[in-house]
Amino acid sequence: MLTTVNRLGELERAIMDVLWETDTALTVREVSARLTERNLAHTTVMTVLDRLAKKGFARRKRDGRAWRYCPSATRETYVAELMLTALDQTGDRTAALTRFAQSVSGVEADVLREALEVIEGDGGVDEGTG
Amino acid sequence: MKGLADAALLAVVAIGSVPGASALRQASWPRRSPAAAILLWQALGLAGGLAAVGALVGLGLPGGNTSVVRSVLHLATAFRAGGVFRVPVTFGAAGALPAILEAFRLACLAAGLALLALLCWVLVAASAAAVHARRRQRVLLTLLAHGDPKVPGALVVDYPTAAAYCLPGLRSKIVVSVGTLELLGRGELAAVLAHERAHLRERHDLVLLPFTALRRAFPRSAMCAGADRSVALLVEMLADDHALRARPARELVSALVRFGTAGACATPNGALAAAEGEVAARVARLLQPVRPLPAIAVAAICLGAGLLVATPVALLII
Repeated sequence: MLTTVNRLGELERAIMDVLWETDTALTVREVSARLTERNLAHTTVMTVLDRLAKKGFARRKRDGRAWRYCPSATRETYVAELMLTALDQTGDRTAALTRFAQSVSGVEADVLREALEVIEGDGGVDEGTG
Repeated sequence: MKGLADAALLAVVAIGSVPGASALRQASWPRRSPAAAILLWQALGLAGGLAAVGALVGLGLPGGNTSVVRSVLHLATAFRAGGVFRVPVTFGAAGALPAILEAFRLACLAAGLALLALLCWVLVAASAAAVHARRRQRVLLTLLAHGDPKVPGALVVDYPTAAAYCLPGLRSKIVVSVGTLELLGRGELAAVLAHERAHLRERHDLVLLPFTALRRAFPRSAMCAGADRSVALLVEMLADDHALRARPARELVSALVRFGTAGACATPNGALAAAEGEVAARVARLLQPVRPLPAIAVAAICLGAGLLVATPVALLII
């Protein structure tokens, strides 16, 4: 079950990558041809594109008898959405995610930099122990 | 007049939780034993909420010589037996209160029930919003994130600013930005991962959720904001402590400092400005380790937390 889910996720991602890399809208066949994994069934690619369209990541339009697909937004847009929610820059903490550290500025940042110099003077951070 | 006496005691607990929260915020011992302090915060919040609702409902019920819960049960029986309209008549006959007192009583009852509904709604809405936001994160991560040998088990997102966070849940994930990989060395990254894993393992998101929910529901309340910030900081300290068991302190400190001072350009924002001093507090605590509280003190705090919750519960039931 889990592997099916992962597999589907991988396919969605590979297909989105194809859409993001291309400027024009693509047919199912064109998407299949651009995928690194070549032996996928036509219907599989079509199903995944359909799912992506339903989830709102891809848009499709009629072109004669075929559908053409293009991404709804750029990759960077989605990355920004992901990280801004996670970093609480949307202002509210809806997702209630805990993150490693918040950014500091001004005097606090100076104090912290001095603290770092002190420990680094102590012998440095062990870069190789991980 | 047990009903009134109970309501008065509950009011004392509810009102007392305000200076209690303020004292806990200013105390210095919580950083010595963050887990015990978090437990006390939870007990304080639960006791305060229960007592406030209980006091208002207690004042509003024609309880006489019995507890709030029994009065409610009694009322429910009365409603079932005699229909809705006979109950107010019974009230009047039992108390023969002047109209103004009767109005006050009903206002208290309405306020108590409204407060209870509001608190429940706030929690449910916050949980639903968190579940929704996390689901969206998961979907986006499927499309955008990749792995990297530098951070085994974590997901990497192509984002230039330093960022590391965890996505709690059954299929939990630790997410790190490319900016973080460029900023930190191997040992520092390992410390960050150990810190985030502690958050996930102990479900710190569930600890934070009610406090964050209250803060968002009452944005003008300094007490709610203070409680949320205190608990958030304690949770971070707790995760720092866990990371220290796996990694040397200096890795964690340098990770914190680099991380905190790297992203300063990309942040100015009300939510972040409020967190002033927290990274410095964590660094100071790591550089000059404080002794954990002695076991007897922790036991006393746990006992106190238990009593704090048991008091309003007992007043409401017995």
